[in-house]
Amino acid sequence: MIDSLTTFLNAHAFLIITIVKIALLLFIVLTVNAYLTWFERKMVAHIQSRWGPHRVGPHGLLQPLADGAKFLLKEDPTPAGVDKFVYYLAPLLALTLALTSLAVIPFGPDPIRVLGHDIYLSITPPDLNIGLLVLFAITALSVYGVALAGWSSNSKYPLLGGLRSSAQMISYELSMTLSVVGVLLMANSFNLSKIIMAQAAHPERGIFGWNIWPQLIGFFCFFTAAVAETNRVPFDLPEAESELVAGFHTEYASFKFAMFFIAEYTSMITVSCLCTIMFFGGWLSPFPASWHFAFYLPSLILIPFGLWVIWDGIRYETIWGRVILPGIGTAIALIGIALVVFPQVNDYIQAPFWFLAKVFAFLFFYVWMRGTLPRLRYDQLMSFGWKLLLPLSIANVIVTSFIILLRSPK
Amino acid sequence: MTPQLLVFFVLAALAVIGALSLMLQKHPIHSALSLIVVMVALAGLYLLMGAEFVAAVQIIVYGGAIMVLFVFVIMLLNAGVEEHSNFSKLAGYAGVPLGIALTGFIAAAIARSTVSVQAATPGASIASTGDISRMLFKEFVYPFELTSFLILVAIMGALVLAQREK
Repeated sequence: MIDSLTTFLNAHAFLIITIVKIALLLFIVLTVNAYLTWFERKMVAHIQSRWGPHRVGPHGLLQPLADGAKFLLKEDPTPAGVDKFVYYLAPLLALTLALTSLAVIPFGPDPIRVLGHDIYLSITPPDLNIGLLVLFAITALSVYGVALAGWSSNSKYPLLGGLRSSAQMISYELSMTLSVVGVLLMANSFNLSKIIMAQAAHPERGIFGWNIWPQLIGFFCFFTAAVAETNRVPFDLPEAESELVAGFHTEYASFKFAMFFIAEYTSMITVSCLCTIMFFGGWLSPFPASWHFAFYLPSLILIPFGLWVIWDGIRYETIWGRVILPGIGTAIALIGIALVVFPQVNDYIQAPFWFLAKVFAFLFFYVWMRGTLPRLRYDQLMSFGWKLLLPLSIANVIVTSFIILLRSPK
Repeated sequence: MTPQLLVFFVLAALAVIGALSLMLQKHPIHSALSLIVVMVALAGLYLLMGAEFVAAVQIIVYGGAIMVLFVFVIMLLNAGVEEHSNFSKLAGYAGVPLGIALTGFIAAAIARSTVSVQAATPGASIASTGDISRMLFKEFVYPFELTSFLILVAIMGALVLAQREK
């Protein structure tokens, strides 16, 4: 009985590992999404001198749970006159494509060995040669979610939102794709892991070996176009609430609305991962390989942060908060201490730590932009995309190719 | 039945159903969506043959850029439900027999061919940037440049058409 089970597990190990990885990644990403909404509301509130959510749980930490329950339990009306099939398809398409794009992201270089199987920190195998192209293919398709939602609602504001979104995505996709050609020329591969490893060619340079320095213009074009592709401030014209009620998702309620919401936040995460991989060295540490203190940086950040949460928690107004917050703080500090005690674990988490830290920095940047930048006017949006970004990214491709040609050995 | 063959049949069925639905749907948007299904199924078939780059480009260019324009135009013109025209005489007398003849020819050619169907060998795929550039700029440089020229002409034509109103 046990023997046959072991042989079955060994024969289908790849399949089982992949399914477990998918489930785990979905769980993590959806949780991160939920807390990203909390983080965004809290950050924007503090930027605008407000408190943000603080009633549900200490510091409003249970707000995402309350929001999730609300999305699940609310009435889900289907407006009369909608195109039923497309109306139901659109949120599904948006969410599925957004979540699929995470499958090709490599979160770390080294596999974990479990029961004789190498488990890599990405769902697809690390030798996927078209990683970047898969991401662009998914981005190219993701416009349908928004466009079809706008069209199928059979209502004027969603239609305007859908039209704006299609026009915007068509305009910015060109410069987004062209802006990464410089990185591709430098890495000579579509493989995301190879793009990262190409930036580690000079480990003694640390942060100065990353693509961001030679590809500063490429990064500017890519990030701007990517923000436009994800329909975020200052390019959120498809859902401009002062003009279009809520744009393409006006007629969606309950969990179908939540699906658009989750899709938007997931694509924010994907874009942050892409920026990290292509321009900011992915999982590479910003310090030269010889600086040994950098090895303890995860603990150096986690332990003081945990202590600060404890200190903040014991002064919290509610008893519930005075119990929960120090508990969370202790857990964070203990993780930090554990990393010092077990150097092997610390060694392993270096790469994912730097990757996630950079992704978090980009997510913060996204929220920061939302808190500070005004929305572009429609004609400004178009002229910015076609007259500035596109020529700039083409010039970047030409200059990069010439420099690579000049430097290459005869 | 190998997994590859199973995936092939699923994708092939998807492509055929998509193509049929493209013709039978009454609403232009539904037809456009069916066409997208065909494009994505074809991309899957390319992937099955080991042509990773072509598969990705198929989705980016056809599934993404071109079909988005289709959908955009249909939405912008707010095209309504179309009526199926009566079966035209030309289609009845010439189209259907020619279609059957073409299907027969292709089926006969496939039945006669001695080349056995085989799965792509892993690792033989062309997805490295160097290989693609070598093919585009060495082997197929003239067709490539001619296509570029054709697109340039099309862009200039679009510009001329757009400017006429001023």
